[in-house]
Amino acid sequence: MRWRLIMPVVVVFALIVMLGYGLTRNPSELPSAFIGKPAPSFDLPTLDSDRERITDAAFQGSITLVNVWASWCVACRAEHELITEISRRTGVPVVGLNYKDTREAALRWLGRYGNPFAVVAFDPAGEVGIDWGVAAVPETFVVDRDGTIRYKVVGAITREEMNDTLIPKLRQLKQAS
Amino acid sequence: MRHALSLLLLLVWSALPIAFAQTADLNDAQLERYHELNAELRCVICQNRSIAESDAPLAKDLREIVARQLAEGRSDDEIKAYLVERYGEWVLYDPPFSWSTWVLWLGPFVLLFVGLVFVIAVMRGRYRAPEPRPPLDRERLARVLKSHEAGPDDTDKDRS
Repeated sequence: MRWRLIMPVVVVFALIVMLGYGLTRNPSELPSAFIGKPAPSFDLPTLDSDRERITDAAFQGSITLVNVWASWCVACRAEHELITEISRRTGVPVVGLNYKDTREAALRWLGRYGNPFAVVAFDPAGEVGIDWGVAAVPETFVVDRDGTIRYKVVGAITREEMNDTLIPKLRQLKQAS
Repeated sequence: MRHALSLLLLLVWSALPIAFAQTADLNDAQLERYHELNAELRCVICQNRSIAESDAPLAKDLREIVARQLAEGRSDDEIKAYLVERYGEWVLYDPPFSWSTWVLWLGPFVLLFVGLVFVIAVMRGRYRAPEPRPPLDRERLARVLKSHEAGPDDTDKDRS
């Protein structure tokens, strides 16, 4: 007879725990389909000139940070100085993927805020963005020496994320060789 | 007024080819599949909407991809696989049955079963078979009937 009294309490408690756990999660953060897989191939002109091209072969042989950005993206402006800082502190080159932008606006943006990128691929139609599973800019990928994607940040990088996750991850990958 | 109306008609008429431009290459069967697929694919930015419902630029891009691949003669499964490869199983409103989705598929039935068991348990407790009736006490019955016949209005008098 006692279980009749206890059961509702147990059920309600279990519900509270489950709903509480649900609150700690961010539903807009999707599990990435790319971790541990080779970076999608692409062949794009660079932001500087239509005659220069950059392909996924650029990732071979060095750890690379790939940052998808656009001049119209407010959050990209927010993480911009952190991208610069990560590159400076770890020595990892950053490849930019300029997404659905115009050359003029993108170059002006880099001129105004500084250019942390070793090279920027220019993707005005956003086709390569779709191949990379980009839902919204900014997104940042850690690409290993063999061209495998090791980590992905959706949205603007925060200082905590940079210090606690990204930089340790990059250093660890560097040491692994 | 008539001028305004005809101007409006002209506007709508000239806008039509733009609205259907991306699906122009599709035949009727493909167009039907196009609409079905769009309704089954989830928009990755504007969550809880399908790409058919969403106005987000990415949803528009994805609709274009669906239309293009249909025109190229790809099957529904191939198109879905193309998008899953990029955005994960999350883009499917009907995710396939796998180890990570079994709770999603079987959960409701498990809950239904648990609920049924609970209801049956409660009902059994509540509607227990009635206590067996005590044997008829004929002597007492005779006594009661007799007293009633003697003065049928005794009790009613007090009330009126």
